[in-house]
Order: sequence, then C-alpha cells, then structure tokens
Amino acid sequence: MIKVTIDGIALEVEEGTTIMNAARRIGGDVVPPAMCYYTSLKGSGGKCRACLVKVAQGSAKDPRPMPKLVASCCTPVQDGMVVLNSTSPEVLETRRSIVEFLLVNHPLDCPICDQAGECELQNFAFEHGLQKTRSEFHRREFDPIDIGPHIKLHMTRCILCYRCTQVADQLTDERVHGVLWRGEASEISTYIQKAVENDFSGNMIDVCPVGALTDRHFRFRNRVWFLNPMDAHRHCTKCSGKVVLWLRGEEVYRVTARKDQYDEVKDFICNECRWEHFETKDWVVEGPRTVEKWSVITANKYTKETVELPDQLYSKLDNTKWDAFEGVT
Amino acid sequence: MSMKILLDKVGVAGIETLPVYRAHGGYSAVEKVLKMAPADVVEEVKKSGLRGRGGAGFPTGMKWSFIDKKSGRPRYLVVNADESEPGTFKDRYLMEKMPHLLIEGIVASSYALEANLSFIYVRGEFRWIIAILEKAIAEAKEAGLVGKNIMGSGYNLEIVVQTGAGAYICGEETALIESLEGKRGNPRLKPPFPAVSGLYGNPTVVNNVESIAAVPWIVNNSGESYAKIGTPKSAGTKLISACGNINYPGVYEIELGLPVEEFIFSPSYCGGIKDGKRLKAVVAGGSSVPILPAGLILKTANGEPRLMSYESLSDGGFLTGTMLGSGGFIVYDEDQCIVRNTWNFTRFYHHESCGQCSPCREGTGWMERILHNIEYGHGKLSDIDLLWDVQRKIEGNTICPLGDAAAWPVAAAIRHFRDEFEWHVREPKECLVRNYGLPEATVATV
Repeated sequence: MIKVTIDGIALEVEEGTTIMNAARRIGGDVVPPAMCYYTSLKGSGGKCRACLVKVAQGSAKDPRPMPKLVASCCTPVQDGMVVLNSTSPEVLETRRSIVEFLLVNHPLDCPICDQAGECELQNFAFEHGLQKTRSEFHRREFDPIDIGPHIKLHMTRCILCYRCTQVADQLTDERVHGVLWRGEASEISTYIQKAVENDFSGNMIDVCPVGALTDRHFRFRNRVWFLNPMDAHRHCTKCSGKVVLWLRGEEVYRVTARKDQYDEVKDFICNECRWEHFETKDWVVEGPRTVEKWSVITANKYTKETVELPDQLYSKLDNTKWDAFEGVT
Repeated sequence: MSMKILLDKVGVAGIETLPVYRAHGGYSAVEKVLKMAPADVVEEVKKSGLRGRGGAGFPTGMKWSFIDKKSGRPRYLVVNADESEPGTFKDRYLMEKMPHLLIEGIVASSYALEANLSFIYVRGEFRWIIAILEKAIAEAKEAGLVGKNIMGSGYNLEIVVQTGAGAYICGEETALIESLEGKRGNPRLKPPFPAVSGLYGNPTVVNNVESIAAVPWIVNNSGESYAKIGTPKSAGTKLISACGNINYPGVYEIELGLPVEEFIFSPSYCGGIKDGKRLKAVVAGGSSVPILPAGLILKTANGEPRLMSYESLSDGGFLTGTMLGSGGFIVYDEDQCIVRNTWNFTRFYHHESCGQCSPCREGTGWMERILHNIEYGHGKLSDIDLLWDVQRKIEGNTICPLGDAAAWPVAAAIRHFRDEFEWHVREPKECLVRNYGLPEATVATV
C-alpha cells in the first residue's frame, strides 16, 4: 500500500492505482471530472484532458513537483505523492479552458438534445464552464446518420472521446466503425452506413458522454426527467440481464445498463435485453433505481403524477391553501 | 572554416555507392564496434555529449542507457526520418547524399543497443530517398555489412525501410511507433516511455537520422574528441537547413557555437539578406519554435552575441530566447508580414493535429480562424488578447508536444510583433509591410 494526499486528504491505495481512482475512493469534490475515461474500457482516458491535476510533490523519494499538469485518469500514484485538484487555481482555470475547447464545436442545443439531463458535458460545463462563449465562429455540422438498425449518430455533438470505438473493440465481435480523418475534421464513422449490428453495439450509446450516439427506439420519445427508472433483471444467456427500465406509468420507454455514480456501466448488456423486451412482464422489477450522480433525474419526484392530488391544489386562486400545503412526498 | 563530420564527403563522386563509400573509410566504425562490448559503445556516445538532433535535444547516450535490457525481450532501433516540419529539410539531404553513413550509424547503434531489427521510418513523399536507401541497404547486405553474421562477428541485423503516409504527427516518437505497428498515428500516453515499452510493447529507441549518422565518427574518433567540438553543453556539429530571404539557402553543417550573425551574413553560409534588405526576424529551429526579432536573434538579452547552440539560443527562456530545435532556420526580411506567417504556421498545425486530445484538436482551429480574421481585416483588438489566451491554454495541456508546437509561434509573434497584429486590426485589409493582394476566397480556411 502506498500513501497519497489529494487536496489535503491522505489515504492509502494499492500500487498501480491511478490518481483518478484514488480520488474516487475519497469522493466528492476531490474527484476530477472525466469525459473520456471509462474504468471498464481498456485504453480509455488521457484524451479529453478534463481530469488534469497538479502534482505538487512527485513522491516521498523525489519531492519535486511535476512540471506540467497530468491526466489523473492514467497517471499512477507514487508513495508520498501530493495532488491538488479542486484546491489548485491552475487546475480550475485549465478545466475552464477544457470546457471551452470542448464547446468550440459542440452545439449549445441542450433544450432539444436527447441527452439533456444525462449529458456529462452539460454537467461539466455547468460546474466548470464560462457563462458565455468567446468563440464567434460557425460550429462544424454533420447530418445525422443511422449506424445500424438501432443507433443514430449525430456527429455534430461528438467530442471524440473514443469510448464508443473502445466498446466496439472490446465488447463486440467485430469492429466496423472508427475514427476517420484527423484533427478537427475527425469523425466517428462506419464508412458504410447501417453496418453496426452486433449483439453488444447498444453499449456504445450508454458510454457516449454527450448526445452523439442516440437510441433510435427512444430518441425524442420522452425526456429523461419524466421517466421513472426502475432496476430490473431477466434471465439472459448473453449478458447479466441486469438493467434499468425507464417507465412512464406502465409503459417501458427504454432499457439501459446500470450506471454508477461516475456514469459508468459495470455490467454491459446485450441488444436483446435492450431492444426486444419492452413489456414489464418480461422483467423482474426490483424497485426504483437510485441515481447516484447528481442529476435532474434525481431532482424530479417522478412519483408525483401517480399520486392522487388533493382537491385543495385545484383552488389555485386561494393562496392560503397553497401556503398550507406541505407537498406530496 | 567550420569542421565537418556528416557532410565532409558530400561532393565525392559516387559517395552514395558502397565501393566509393568504403574507399573513403566507410564502415570502419562497424568493424570497430563489433570488437567492442555493446555497453562500451553506449558509454562512448554518452561521453560524446551528442544530443538528439530531432528537436528536443535529449542526450542520445542517456536515452540509450534507459533501454530495458533485463526483460530479455527483443529490442529495436527506429530511425525517425519522418522529417516534415516547415523549414526543416536537413535529414532529407543527408539521406540523399550519404545513405551509407546512415546505414553504418544504424549498424553501430543497433549493436550498442543489442537490437537485431531496425527500422527507418521515412516520410512517404520522399520516394526517391526511399529508393536510395533501399539500394544502399541491398548493397550493404550483399557485402555482409547488414544481415546475418555481420563481418563474421555473429551479430545479425536486419534494416527495414518503412514509409509513412505523410502525417506530421508521425514524427512524434510514440505516434511513429503506432504508425509502424500499422495503426492510426496517434501519440501514446507517457509513461511508459518507448525505452521500456515501445514497438510491439518491446524496448525501443527512436533517434533522428542526424543523431544516428553522427555515431560512426564518434566510434572512430572517440567520444572525448566529439565532445571537444562545439560548446561544453552543445557538443559536435549540427546540420542547419537555412531558407527564407537569404542569398544562399541550403543545408549547412556548422560547429555548434557559431555566432548567429556569422551564420546569417557570412558568404560561407547564408550570405546575408536577399536584395540588400534588412533582417527582420528569424525562426531558428523549425516552425514550432518561437520567432525572434532581429535584435534578439543576433544578441542575447545580456547583449552578448547569440550563438548557434542549444543553450545560447534558449538564453532567457521564451521571453528573449528560442530553441535550436531541428535546425530549420527561416530568415525574414523587412518586407515579410509576421501576421501572415503566423497564420500560415497555425494553418499547418491545425491541419496536422491528430485530433486525439481536445485542446490541440479544437484550439489549433480556433487560433487559425482568429488569425485568418486578423490577416483579412475582420479582426478586433480583443482578438489579439483572445489569441494569446487560447495559445496559453493549449500549451502544456496536450498529450504530445504538437500542442506546444502550435502555441509557441503564436505566443512569440504576439510577444514580439504585437504592433503588427494591431495594425492589421486598425487598418483592415492592409498589411503593415505589404498587402499580398490575394483574393480572400483563394485562401479560405480549411
């Protein structure tokens, strides 16, 4: 075990642990944001630069600070390392600039984006971004395309985190999509449209941090904050069968894998579970899902509409009744 | 006259062929190293003080000593011949004129590293050089200087010429390795460094053509002799590719420590500024290094003559200094527009960014558009501050040095030539020094 101090909080971790994962042991503001890193995807991380932190002391043996900010998701801790995350003005300023870079070509269309409420970039920008844009240039645009029967790619919103290509590489039988071109012109593409049709391709949607890869079955049918996420499972020979059912009333609007507090999926699910069982009777419903990460989904008390509202609520002109009303729990 | 190590035989008829090269003492270094212990060769290169000639200037011998020999895995030497920085064209010249010198260096260096397979990663556009190299390797192989049981020593070495597809980023060592493995040329995260886990996950040393070509002389004449050439911190000679508004553009081999003034104005080198005009600025080490105005390139901040060496060119940091870099020496006369030049460089980095990390992918494009606006009379004064801020936020925050390479020229141009940027904003469509008069549509952004 080796000792590391992050934002003044000391802890012991196993050798080989990255700064990001050490910070996640502590939790809260100490955890750097991650747009491209995904624990279960090998080779992810290091690209978005959102998780840059300052290493104020390299190790107990070599106390010199690291000359540049380092990507916490792929830098292993060393014994005696001192890391500054939210306590470093330099880190916070850099993070502001990373939001700005990510938004230079990303449309600010959150009100109509299908990822609204679940978008990591939206949260990242909310926490670290500027109030207004300094870029006056036209953002790049692409036409949305269908990649396979289930997924719609809207490249305009892509931030090139490479997570979906890693899912394709590591979870599916064959990879039929990747990154074309380079630099700002880079784009995710299958080269031949409608080519993504393997059993685990749906996970590409779950790992996408923004609204670039969307579910063609769910797309624009509802907003996530109107839905009631329920943990459910079924016997499946291809995957664990553990999912989240997104319900409105009794109707299943979509099925996704279960995400943790860092928006990461541990048990990836197959396409059969995701797209072939839209009846609640196909599932064993375990109960309401606790969305661990702060989200508009948790903010919404989705049980409201299923509760019969008291008559007094309809007497809206009488404010004293409203004042007396304690709310529906 | 300056001492020559790499180019002294250039001009000898047929020196690119094996018989002529051997008649002039070629491959004597191979003969010598094969009788030495590999560790002694590494030691000799360490003593020489040879610094990597690709741009970063890291000590070559030290780099070699980092290679993991304990793992027992195969080791590789990769020669970086993916020369593509604007203003730098010295490796191309060396490979074209002295292919056997490079091959001799590869054999000696590979022996020191105990590598049995070496690669020359050449920029794909250098078709004629690839043919020259392949012919030279075939000649050397035929003569038993490359291949199995070299000179009867029992040492085996194969050399493979691998062509790139013309991406600037593939000159970065880890991107080069990715490309060599047949993948997209994206830089890898470091650590692990290639000396521990490089090509196919095995220990690999990536060296520039010029660095490897210097090894035969070091082996033949000793590291100490090499260290005596040049300055204490910048040993040996360096190839400089000079271009721009000078009378004699070309590739020169200089002894490190030569005064910059002499290099620009001496008839033995650049021969002064073209048409008798005045010197305005110099980019001393390829397009990625900061540009310096005439006053600062000729003299350091302390008023001492600026020398062509790693330490003298960087004297004062980036505030008053620059870098020797890859030796791409671009000279500007008083008629050249710095704004246009900066836009042009940024256009290059925007085009060549691999797109892997967000500051470089998005920042280079953003800078290019701002510069385009300023150059074409659509800029605002606040754009100059915005440009400064954007470059500052790219620098140091990217996976590989391409982000720095894109940021430094912009930073230096604003630092030293801010008045020109302001002039472009205040006098729309009029360059301070010259209006190029190109129709805007023909130079639209990519």
